[in-house]
Amino acid sequence: MLEIKSVTCVKQERCLFESLSFALDAGQIMQVEGPNGAGKTSLLRIIAGFANADDGDVTFEGYSISERYDDFAAELLFIGHKTGVNGQLTAYENVCHWLDVHGYQRAENIYDILAQLGLVGLEDVPVRTLSAGQQRRVALARLWMNNAKVWILDEPFTALDKKGVAMLQQQFMHQLDRGGAILLTTHQDLTAQFSGLKKVILEYRH
Amino acid sequence: MWKWLHPYAKAERAYQLCNTLLPYFTVFTVVCLVVGWVWGLAYAPADYQQKDSYRIIFIHVPSAILSMGAYSSMAIAAIVALVWQLRNAELAVVAIAPVGAAMTVIALVTGAAWGKPMWGAWWVWDARLTSELILLFLYLGVLSLYHAFEDKKSAGKAACILAIVGVINLPIIHFSVEWWNTLHQGATITKFDTSAIDPSMLWPLLINIVAFAGFVGVVTLIRLKNEILQREKHRPWVRDLVSRG
Amino acid sequence: MKASHSYWQLFCAVYCKDLTLAFRQRAEIVNPLLFFLIVITLFPLAIGPEPALLSRMAPGIIWVAALLSTMLGLDKVFRDDFNDGSLEQLIASSYPLPLSVLAKVLAHWTITGLPMVLMAPVFALLMNLDTQLLTATLLTLLIGTPLLSFIGAIGAALTVALQKGGILMSLLVLPLYIPVLIFATSAIDTSSMSLAYGGQLAILGAMLAVAAVMAPLAISSALKVSVS
Repeated sequence: MLEIKSVTCVKQERCLFESLSFALDAGQIMQVEGPNGAGKTSLLRIIAGFANADDGDVTFEGYSISERYDDFAAELLFIGHKTGVNGQLTAYENVCHWLDVHGYQRAENIYDILAQLGLVGLEDVPVRTLSAGQQRRVALARLWMNNAKVWILDEPFTALDKKGVAMLQQQFMHQLDRGGAILLTTHQDLTAQFSGLKKVILEYRH
Repeated sequence: MWKWLHPYAKAERAYQLCNTLLPYFTVFTVVCLVVGWVWGLAYAPADYQQKDSYRIIFIHVPSAILSMGAYSSMAIAAIVALVWQLRNAELAVVAIAPVGAAMTVIALVTGAAWGKPMWGAWWVWDARLTSELILLFLYLGVLSLYHAFEDKKSAGKAACILAIVGVINLPIIHFSVEWWNTLHQGATITKFDTSAIDPSMLWPLLINIVAFAGFVGVVTLIRLKNEILQREKHRPWVRDLVSRG
Repeated sequence: MKASHSYWQLFCAVYCKDLTLAFRQRAEIVNPLLFFLIVITLFPLAIGPEPALLSRMAPGIIWVAALLSTMLGLDKVFRDDFNDGSLEQLIASSYPLPLSVLAKVLAHWTITGLPMVLMAPVFALLMNLDTQLLTATLLTLLIGTPLLSFIGAIGAALTVALQKGGILMSLLVLPLYIPVLIFATSAIDTSSMSLAYGGQLAILGAMLAVAAVMAPLAISSALKVSVS
């Protein structure tokens, strides 16, 4: 489904990775591993189409994402380090805005999903007053209300408690079951939960 | 277009092209400059009104023309860089910008120096001088934007976008300043009579314009070579080049 | 679940979000307006209070003050969205980015430009303008301030990734404001001589039409460069 073809990235005159190739198919989860500064985030941002690779190409279902980015964007859900949650708006407003911008209908169960994520009673206070973990949950609520084929998640488990991590992993299962693909970076070990986990390992290069 | 450009998309080929062109440009420029200046400054007849002080046009006019010319070539390079994603064209934008800015400064300074005997003041808000000053601001904008970015890849692209925005605005600015000037023109400004220039002055002027164009070309090529080397300094071909001496 | 949404709904979503945020921190609306007022107050203090002199200089003063106060809010247009990652989400949406950009620029105009237009009668009083001049000032501000927002947003988008982009943005944008300044002030000047100033307004309108089409494209590509 998603193919990375000999992608090279040079940042600040340091080559992060060179001629990196791999493919991600429907129903697969792939973890990008490596030490800090190895270029995990840069790789995800290239695949999500925010940054251009110095060499190589990324294709989705056969077409190059840079040529038909809008088509790819319709099938993509990206949550980065900066989650896109606005601190001045409430959790409910944040979720609604995200749904509007991405062309999803506002479902009736938004409050249910926020409740399920442990945000009962906090739906209508500005997000900046919530804890880091709760803010992360507001961003992750999107995973419960989309039908994107590809999820690209940069450190989704950051700041989550054990219960949150378990819920997120369950939602990953759901995405894989319905034929979606997940590409993520994390320092957590996921092999126990996901038997089919694929890994890309980036070395720190000098 | 693409077929013709494509080989030069590679930095190494572009570098070699610069190297091949550079000697021709240099010789041509030096010859034209010497001929143009000697003829213009020493042999061309003096003006019956302005005496010898008119001779500054042999520097002022070419630099003013080239300041505009450099901006348009910079904008063309920027369009090529953004449309065809050519990194070398980005580097060309960066290479031309300071040269064009320098031409603009020369045009402004010589214009002011010429204005002193003619108008009795170093600076008057003449339409052409004002447009030239705004052109300098546009150049400085491109340069300072480029240098503000740490990541030179983004810097190049941002400078390209600004150069294109500038070139779309330039005619509007020029037209509006001209129009503003005719509205507000005071009695102190005396326009030069625009009667046809005598061939004995026209020829050295034309040669000087060509010479300045060549000069801009030479400096741009040298700067482009440096930019390419700097951007590609970790590539094997640059290392080979250095080790070969 | 997907997508009977229209472009219009996306536009509203982006526009309303920016407006909601501005109304939650009213300083964003009030401060540029106060700045505008204070700058205008400074001029009579600096050049003397003779009514004739003031009404002669009023168009220039009002317009220079309008330019400067527009710059105040510009830096914020994309900065917050850039810092919290909303900009990435806008880019990764299947909708065309120039449309969201258009919504954001118009939101900026609603927050900073429109209040200036509405306050113009007050400034006119301070500057000793009569009704005729007031009408001209109002009209030029109405057509000119959105133009300032469009052109300025290009600079804001180019500098949003820079830590100290604010001053650089002014350097990039102010030269581009010159035509707006020239035509707007000359329209007011012409009206003070009781002549028709439709021509200047038409040129401003034409520039606004061009900017409304071209600027969102330039801003979108600038934003993509800033995010990468």
